[in-house]
Amino acid sequence: MVIELNGQSKTLDSPTSISDLLAQLNLEAAHVIAELNRTILTADQFGATILQQGDRLELIQFVGGG
Amino acid sequence: MDTLVIAGRSFRSRLMVGTGKFSSNQAMCAAMESSGCEIVTVALRRVDVNNPQDSMLQHIDPDRYLLLPNTSGARDAEEAVRLARLARAAGCEPWIKLEVTPDPYYLLPDPVETLKAAEILVKDGFTVLPYMPADPVLAKRLEEVGTATVMPLGAPIGTNRGLRTRDHLAIILEQAQVPVVVDAGLGAPSHAAEAMEMGADAVLVNTALADTPNPAAMAAAFAKGVEAGREAYCAGLGAQRVRASASSPLTGFLRD
Repeated sequence: MVIELNGQSKTLDSPTSISDLLAQLNLEAAHVIAELNRTILTADQFGATILQQGDRLELIQFVGGG
Repeated sequence: MDTLVIAGRSFRSRLMVGTGKFSSNQAMCAAMESSGCEIVTVALRRVDVNNPQDSMLQHIDPDRYLLLPNTSGARDAEEAVRLARLARAAGCEPWIKLEVTPDPYYLLPDPVETLKAAEILVKDGFTVLPYMPADPVLAKRLEEVGTATVMPLGAPIGTNRGLRTRDHLAIILEQAQVPVVVDAGLGAPSHAAEAMEMGADAVLVNTALADTPNPAAMAAAFAKGVEAGREAYCAGLGAQRVRASASSPLTGFLRD
């Protein structure tokens, strides 16, 4: 299954939730904002949201800026 | 006490600090500390999934600083609104520094898209602080749609050139019913002092601190500039004249 993660394709071998993906990427859920197919998810939806073929996922975080 | 009030919230400091371009999180924190600031801006970007970095939020104490996310990178109202909503989803208070800068060379704010986004975000419950060209008419229009401040630029972002927009800033300051925060282009404490002497309610700096050999020391200098300018404004500056006006008595000269 292939999804688009931050504009790049990513292959997932097994059913993967957003929480699973964050764990694979070593990212703390508390510090990441997720937008799935242009809909913003709240952190409590990360565990139950299983990624589907063709999903477009954006993972966003705060960085330094003026 | 002389406090800055934005959207009903009081601040002691009139210096806001941007967190971009610092050489390290340590340098950023030291500058924030010595600036005495209470509001810090941050940006939103995609996580680099191939090389995830620690979140910078670990370095900013939310009890001490109000996090003011910006919409930098937005080229139109739609992108700005999307970024603002993403920032709110992170659990921040719904304060947003609205920036719409389609021009990559001067990063000048798009007045039409900024006004459009401001209207949408205010209706959506955001406290909106819009970065804007120093246009007095636009300042009124933004105020009318309910922005919490206006943030006219002194000079293009990161240029350190000071108050190149001085005459228009003076009109904005004369007419504004919301706090005026001079943002962008301030490069020296004297620039900050000048803005405050003119009656600005606050200033925001980033490059002027981050892109110097000792950001913490420069932040302390800016804090003094802001304070001096504010005190001078409150005290009331003397009138300017063309002709000399003697400070010493014009009588008792040692001459016939």
